[in-house]
Amino acid sequence: MEKISGLKCRECGRKYQAKAIYVCEFCFGPLEVDYNYKQIKARISKEKIETGPNSEWRYWDLLPVETKSVISLGEGFTPLLPARNLGKLLGLEKLYIKNDAVNPTYSFKDRVVSVAITRAVELGFDTIACASTGNLACSVAAYGAYAGIKAFVFIPIDLEKGKIIGAGIYQPNLIGVEGDYDQVNRLCSEIADSFPWAFVNINIRPYYAEGSKTLGFEVAEQLGWKAPDHVVIPLASGCLLTKIYKGLKEFDMLGLIGKVRTKFSGAQPEGCSPIVTAYKENSEIVKPVKPNTIAKSLAIGNPADGYYAWKIMKESGGFAETVNDEEIIEGIKLLAETEGIFTETAGGVTVGVLKKLAQTGRIKKDELTVVFITGNGLKTQEAVSEAVSRPKKIVPTLKAFKEEFPRIKK
Amino acid sequence: MTTSVKIPAPLRKLTGNQAVVETEAETLIDLISDLDRKYPGIKERIYDGKEIRRFINIFVNGEDVRFKDGIKTKITKGSDVSIVPAIAGG
Repeated sequence: MEKISGLKCRECGRKYQAKAIYVCEFCFGPLEVDYNYKQIKARISKEKIETGPNSEWRYWDLLPVETKSVISLGEGFTPLLPARNLGKLLGLEKLYIKNDAVNPTYSFKDRVVSVAITRAVELGFDTIACASTGNLACSVAAYGAYAGIKAFVFIPIDLEKGKIIGAGIYQPNLIGVEGDYDQVNRLCSEIADSFPWAFVNINIRPYYAEGSKTLGFEVAEQLGWKAPDHVVIPLASGCLLTKIYKGLKEFDMLGLIGKVRTKFSGAQPEGCSPIVTAYKENSEIVKPVKPNTIAKSLAIGNPADGYYAWKIMKESGGFAETVNDEEIIEGIKLLAETEGIFTETAGGVTVGVLKKLAQTGRIKKDELTVVFITGNGLKTQEAVSEAVSRPKKIVPTLKAFKEEFPRIKK
Repeated sequence: MTTSVKIPAPLRKLTGNQAVVETEAETLIDLISDLDRKYPGIKERIYDGKEIRRFINIFVNGEDVRFKDGIKTKITKGSDVSIVPAIAGG
């Protein structure tokens, strides 16, 4: 018996076959994978997971593919680090960082793409494609190369150099669109209607999005099979937050962890904060905005899962907050200086919001808090190039160094 | 005056598989009603009686109608209208 029982509309519950489709024909709600949980429950166990591969595929039983031959570059099972220095600074006694900046292409997107491409090949596609704010572009290009299938990658033309090179090196068909991400997305939805490709975030989305659940699974396993008290997650489309929530809930349902009482807090840049605005206005309508922020990977003005992310934050007792461009850079520096992790602008947003929530007492000092760092700073160097330590130039003599020494030591 | 409307794949069963249909209307709500006369059932798929459904985006000349006047957005001659389902992040 297959573990995927089909697709189901998240809004009206209508059922569909597990093909490359993504919206309900009736109400346009998003389709989600429906599993045969009874069968999964009978065969999953902590012991089985613990002896699995050191990648997200240790959770194969809860991922939407039937094949055992998965297309993997070793994504996931990234470090969960106790953040003692940052915790001390912010007055948080049990702060952890989930460092997903160390995936094969340096962002959490490798989790979703590994699942998406495995499913796409399983469904018979020979071309993978995406609309991307950058990180997804790098990942789709790399996994396309590794799988030996064609890749088409659509990005806004003004992305950071690190992301354009980080995708281009794998030699995909890279298309720079003159417009913002929401315009790229709209174009891609029209292309997806007329080309028989596996667009990971469009027609493959129900499978693709499930990959993010593994961040929830891993954190629970790495904490010794329990859910954290509080999580802080960056919000772009809102999908990541909803899937980390789903991951913890699935573990709870399968009896692998106790009851989930985790508070879910979300972070957006001030220049693109439609979900946080809805939270603050207590309105379930997430109004689209036109992004203007250095955090380009979070610059989605019309977030598809905004409503669901809003709902989880509200219902779980979590918070939603923003930081401005300056605070984003401060956040990047703070994480680097205290914990030795160089994150991209999205991580700066998350750390900046963590700081705000801690300073205003919205995160309690004894709450076991996990902050999700989803991307690598080497891809967005422009953002901090003015803020880093510069080399002090000296001639190669001991005398020169001794003269400089009193001026440079910290 | 006629306006061409791009129909996304999930709605094409209603339009006899046409990806682009012609309509005549002066505002978006008129346009939706006109489409419903020609392709019965299409209105309730995209409009909940008050607003455009949550998971639908409608663009007039490339601009999301939520930035314009919503369902009262004016449609002028030769306008380009697209109905697009919401898409996940990237």
